[in-house]
Amino acid sequence: MGIVSPGFHGRRRESAGGLPPGQYLTNDFPVLSAGPTPRIPQDEWEFTVTTESGREHRWTWREFLDLPSETPQVDIHCVTKWSKLGTEWQGVSLDVLLADVETEADYALAHSYGGYTTNLPLDDLLDGKAWVVHRYDGEDLEPEHGGPARLLVPHLYFWKSAKWVRGITLLTENEPGFWESAGYHDYGDPWREQRYQGD
Amino acid sequence: MTLRHRQAVHGHVDGNALAGPLSELFAVDVTAAEGRCVNCGLTGPIATLMVYDRAPGMVARCAGCDNVVLRLVRTPDAAWLDLTGMTWLRVQLPTTT
Repeated sequence: MGIVSPGFHGRRRESAGGLPPGQYLTNDFPVLSAGPTPRIPQDEWEFTVTTESGREHRWTWREFLDLPSETPQVDIHCVTKWSKLGTEWQGVSLDVLLADVETEADYALAHSYGGYTTNLPLDDLLDGKAWVVHRYDGEDLEPEHGGPARLLVPHLYFWKSAKWVRGITLLTENEPGFWESAGYHDYGDPWREQRYQGD
Repeated sequence: MTLRHRQAVHGHVDGNALAGPLSELFAVDVTAAEGRCVNCGLTGPIATLMVYDRAPGMVARCAGCDNVVLRLVRTPDAAWLDLTGMTWLRVQLPTTT
């Protein structure tokens, strides 16, 4: 069953009037990357949630596909100032992946194949706000856009939507990720234009 | 092959792309300096690094092992330079008498 996040449905616009401050509209899908594109075969892909006590919850590609999926239609906002409206994805809600995970953690650090990391408050991964997606616009997600699967957290700048995601570590203390440790904002709310530390 | 063409094929350009942005910070041309990768120990000029600049910042990786050697983020009022991927940087200077 498809869902549309209510928060984004209410903000969807076809004009620049609905864009967060400082953003411009693009119809392309720019590819940004901090390194070589990992090529991960689906049968080698795994997704692991690791709790603060070290307990691991692991899904193979086949197990991931067997989980109930959703088809979020959301606007995405890159910190390099492009925004793309009404993007269509398919994937598994983090609410599903974290449903049976026992944790007292308040923070999460997403890890990717290739070494990329990004940090988020755990609350921002819950309540229908985040997914691990494997299809875009009706097709398997291309490696350039993060395939086999990427994180999708559309209410934050898109660097938080880690490409090639392989796992999430739950933490009791915040740990800055790749860009957050090099001058970018820890939280990254596009509507408050939180691009850099201090914004 | 132009820099942009090379980027289209390999996804990165060479370390000479760092010359302009780093000239804001240093009095010398750092791309001619030699550095040592903290991961694999490869030593060479900064100009030989693989620079990914279609990103929120510039990410320079070792040509031998892909390790991140240098990161540079330019905000409106500051530059963030991360050199934790580099053991040392050797800058050639004029001989003193």
